[in-house]
Amino acid sequence: MSPLLFEAASRNSYILGQTTFLDFSKIAPNIPYILSGALVTLQFTILSAVFGFSLAIVLSIFKISKFKPLRWFADIYTSVFRGTPLILQLALVYFATPQLIGYAIPPLQAGVITFALNSAAYSSETIRGGILAVDKGQREAAQTLGVKYPMMMKDIILPQAFKNILPALVNDSIALLKDSALVSTVGALDLMRRGQVVAAEKFIYFEPLIFVGIVYYVLVMGLTFFAQNLETRMRRSD
Amino acid sequence: MIRVEFLTKSFGKLDVLKDISTEIKDGEVIAIIGPSGSGKSTFLRCLNLLEVPTRGRVYIDEIEVTDPKVDIQKVRQNVGMVFQHFNLFPHKTVLQNLTYAPVCVKGLSKQAAEAKAMELLERVGLEEKADVFPSRLSGGQKQRVAIVRALAMEPAYMLFDEPTSALDPEMVKEVLDVMKNLAKTGITMAIVTHEMGFARDVADRVLFLDSGTVAEDAPPDVFFSTPKSARAQQFLEKVL
Repeated sequence: MSPLLFEAASRNSYILGQTTFLDFSKIAPNIPYILSGALVTLQFTILSAVFGFSLAIVLSIFKISKFKPLRWFADIYTSVFRGTPLILQLALVYFATPQLIGYAIPPLQAGVITFALNSAAYSSETIRGGILAVDKGQREAAQTLGVKYPMMMKDIILPQAFKNILPALVNDSIALLKDSALVSTVGALDLMRRGQVVAAEKFIYFEPLIFVGIVYYVLVMGLTFFAQNLETRMRRSD
Repeated sequence: MIRVEFLTKSFGKLDVLKDISTEIKDGEVIAIIGPSGSGKSTFLRCLNLLEVPTRGRVYIDEIEVTDPKVDIQKVRQNVGMVFQHFNLFPHKTVLQNLTYAPVCVKGLSKQAAEAKAMELLERVGLEEKADVFPSRLSGGQKQRVAIVRALAMEPAYMLFDEPTSALDPEMVKEVLDVMKNLAKTGITMAIVTHEMGFARDVADRVLFLDSGTVAEDAPPDVFFSTPKSARAQQFLEKVL
């Protein structure tokens, strides 16, 4: 909206006496529309988290590998994705790659790809730290029982690592959920974008944006609560 | 039979083991003793390749385990090990600790593995602890579970790396009793220990290690009454 229009609009509503601060009834008809954006955000976050997390496990195992090229690959990967802005990575995937491959990636797909790749870089460091913190005796005990490396990782080392790094992983996924608002910049109709759409439609900003903020907050609280439950359950062996 | 030929292990410039050659016959129980830093634990850990020897060869049942082409995990199934710090899996119950490897490595059915595990737990008087997590056990109980966890794989050999060194004094006996009973079953055992009384009663042979070499290799009655080397004499004066 141009500044001139904005000024006109606000003056207009001022004159008409519609400036009641935070009158949510004004956006009541749009609430279902905004809320369905929460579903998009959630779907997006879950998909990115699942792919990103799986990739992070693979990367973290590369990082502790004895085979140097794997280590190099994972280290370079992490340094590139941590060293450049997320919004730039998103723009590259969404706007630039179609020029290369001739396939227009839908916004949500581009978002999931970018966010999974990006969060894998961060989480792989967390997981690597978690693996290294597991007592060396655990590995030796598994080895002396004849357990092969993949099984040992899956059944003995990773479960113990995850228990210790769960709070850090929850942090990572909260960041992911909030950063997902960036997909609004490539036109995905997520929670953030829908708030902006309603705001632009009605010339009111506080109500839709604050409402969107509240929904984000509730989602993050839900995630925190879920994580606390999970942690209690995992600590049952202490 | 375990045969060790010219085993040398160096960490950087430090030679921890120097050209050790020896044999452990089937059914034999050997106690490995010596001052700290003499290489006892390293020697034991070289037998199942937890430490890779710098030079020399180790044969278990005539398979050269130091050959890089050998499937070491396969050999290890037959060589149980008990550690000073137990190394039980903290996220698994006692029963799961015992059944994990038989199911996952040997492909035993869950029922068969559990039946076997319960039998073993009974043998060490811990059948009531089957469903608790290791954090709820005392040190002595943990070590007894660790012993039967290794036994659940039905190994022909058992290696013990200072199994009572991390225990409170009053828990040492319960673990040694389990090991004594085990020695009677005819399983081949190599035990790194500081329990001289136990070594004298249970071992068929004592290996006395001193700065990376076998300073003495004798039956316990001979070793404890008339040690040949001056180093062994000094050592025994201090510990007995």
